[in-house]
Amino acid sequence: MPKMNLSHFEAAFLFALFTSIVLGVVTKRTDRERLRYGLYVFGCFMVALFGIAWVMRLGHG
Amino acid sequence: MHSKTAEAKQPMPPLKLWALPVALGWFIPGGGHFLLKRYGRACLLMLSVTAMFVLGLMMRGNMFQPQTGDPLTTIINVGGFLGDMASGLLYLLTTWFGYNQPDVPGAVHDYGTKFLVTAGLLNVLAMVDAFEIAAGRKE
Repeated sequence: MPKMNLSHFEAAFLFALFTSIVLGVVTKRTDRERLRYGLYVFGCFMVALFGIAWVMRLGHG
Repeated sequence: MHSKTAEAKQPMPPLKLWALPVALGWFIPGGGHFLLKRYGRACLLMLSVTAMFVLGLMMRGNMFQPQTGDPLTTIINVGGFLGDMASGLLYLLTTWFGYNQPDVPGAVHDYGTKFLVTAGLLNVLAMVDAFEIAAGRKE
């Protein structure tokens, strides 16, 4: 199996994507709710990703 | 509050209703949903869990061994081992084919380890969903 080298952003993006899909699928009761929740979770991941990245950047000076 | 109490008191459904979908869901990610004829959701679950696991392998993540010792070591290693095993056939095939990546330092390896465990944990969520559908608690 080929080895893959991902950046922090790429790895975190893929993690957020697949986790959001599963959380959306298993959590809600209608397809519309699932889609909305999946997008919401993905958005939260992205906000946390960029937010924490900026906090670390500013924290390091 | 009242509805939560009412939900908690639901009787356990008969084993024969949910055992096969849950077991198949463990063995093949999304398999329980396939058995319950939720094909679209089954495909999404299979795709997501398998992609997460394969990406973990491609990043050369480490598979946990059930190592015991002090409480923190036990929780991390036994918990990680159970998380890896929850991927079912993916985990079994990987170990049968001799995948043995040592735990080495590095961000990519570390991400890989987390991807492998998370694939299993997401599969646990899928199994719980299959249980709820099979038990008639969910559409």
